[in-house]
Amino acid sequence: MMILVSILAPWISPHDILEQDVFHRFTPPERSHLLGTDAFGRDILSRMLWGLRISLIIGFFSTLSGMIIGTGLGMVAGYTGGKVEAVVMRAMDILMSFPGEVLGVIIMVSLGAGLPNVMIAIAILLTPRYARLAYASTLSLKERDYISAARAIGLTDLRIITRHILPNIFGELLVMSTLWMGTAIRLEANLSFLGLGVPPPMPTLGNMVRAGVNRLALAPWISVFPGLAIMIIILGLSTLGDGLRDITDPKLHV
Amino acid sequence: MISYIIRRILATIPLLLVVVTISFVLVRLAPGDPVEVRLGIYASEMTVQAMREEMGLNKPLWSQYFDFLGGLVRGDFGRSLINQRAISAELGYALPYTLELTFAGMILGIIFGLPLGIWAALRRNSLPDYGGRIFSLAGLSLPSFYLGILLMLLFSVKLRLFPVVGGGDIHNLGDKLYHLFLPALTLGLIQASYITRVSRSSVLNILGEEYVKTARSKGLKERTVIYKHVLKNALIPIISLIGVYSIVLIGGSVMVEIVFSRPGLAKMMIGALKGRDYTVLQSVLVIYASFVVIINLLTDLACRLVDPRIKLSKRER
Repeated sequence: MMILVSILAPWISPHDILEQDVFHRFTPPERSHLLGTDAFGRDILSRMLWGLRISLIIGFFSTLSGMIIGTGLGMVAGYTGGKVEAVVMRAMDILMSFPGEVLGVIIMVSLGAGLPNVMIAIAILLTPRYARLAYASTLSLKERDYISAARAIGLTDLRIITRHILPNIFGELLVMSTLWMGTAIRLEANLSFLGLGVPPPMPTLGNMVRAGVNRLALAPWISVFPGLAIMIIILGLSTLGDGLRDITDPKLHV
Repeated sequence: MISYIIRRILATIPLLLVVVTISFVLVRLAPGDPVEVRLGIYASEMTVQAMREEMGLNKPLWSQYFDFLGGLVRGDFGRSLINQRAISAELGYALPYTLELTFAGMILGIIFGLPLGIWAALRRNSLPDYGGRIFSLAGLSLPSFYLGILLMLLFSVKLRLFPVVGGGDIHNLGDKLYHLFLPALTLGLIQASYITRVSRSSVLNILGEEYVKTARSKGLKERTVIYKHVLKNALIPIISLIGVYSIVLIGGSVMVEIVFSRPGLAKMMIGALKGRDYTVLQSVLVIYASFVVIINLLTDLACRLVDPRIKLSKRER
């Protein structure tokens, strides 16, 4: 539902997102502006639909890149062992020893604000999670007979990793991805809220909440509705993730 | 036990060293220049050079790095590039605020989350269970800054019970607690949702174990079964996961401090970012990362205290 709405955003937005209307600043929710207007008289609902779209785009692509890099590193580390394993997994431990918000802030400052940079920052934050997951699963698969068999008939390591290990951990990765996409969206909102994400006037849910913070007493709707949207997307993604996990994990059916 | 603690502490030193190095490098990767921030872009070349010299930025990077490292060993973080104040003093001012907040958040999280999770697990598929699950799902989906805003709206704007921003008067405990309440509640509720979830699932796991069935079939009182067999065993995964989630807690404290404009590490960090104050920034980063390292250490020790089976060799890959 949320995805559909965000795809359709350009067509269903009732007002132009950048259209300013000084005579209708801080309009409370009413018929022509269903969720009210902000400090520049811009329509909150329209901006929210666009913000949702941007949040989902960032969430999707950063999770995808985190997954590709992290899984690759994790599988190689788990499969080859030895020095590669030590170096890669230590590096991941170190990345994990900074709180997400702190590391995210520093990366954003080094890269500078902007849409692609937000995706890069979040992808870096998600990479160690995927690496650990893929690493642990690869370790347990490595000792299976069919992997030894594959090695015995002389398949290359690359082929074993991509054809025999990846398909077996893919389900698990996909389940976690729905959950971690929620994390990605939250991180994006955090960064935007701190003013380090996608710069205004482009709306993101996080910077919309930020815009209303100083006017909570006067015009609470500016912050409240976009925040609600963030919560609903993450809620949707985590419910989906939990559901998928229950379906795919037979151990939970006791 | 003592030797274990010592070995475990020694094991964290290399990790801390790497963390220090990374903080140093990351900070300097950022575009922008503290000299430019301080003097503006129209300053003459000579002034810029003089300022660089004064700030110690004309020294080669490796020398700056060893100065920083050497200072850290002596517990000295150096001086701020922007206002020349000793960073240790600034940290001494900011750190207690952040520690109070995270500590209070953690305590509230445990007070709300642990009983709720256990209760939900023991009454599986009943009203408390659904309540607990909805609570934890809601908490997991709410970004901490948004929850902070909602609480602020309710308690400060509508009910006018608590102050909106600030850290309170340092010398007045009552005023401090009064200012601490809402930020701590925000962090605590989020933390509670994580703790509810892990305590529910680990109690459920233990309830399915054979020895619980055995204990029950021996005719032990339900109370004894729950306290002696279930809760004691469920505690180990709960403690280690609380450790994991304290990283989330620290991350959340950054957002909450900003939302409530509390003095603390987050404010220091954001201020230093704006001024490209390398020395302050790297110090704050080191402190944040050490939090995580120390919490992991404490978690390990707590687990070992609860479960003597865990050996150093197993925990320390």
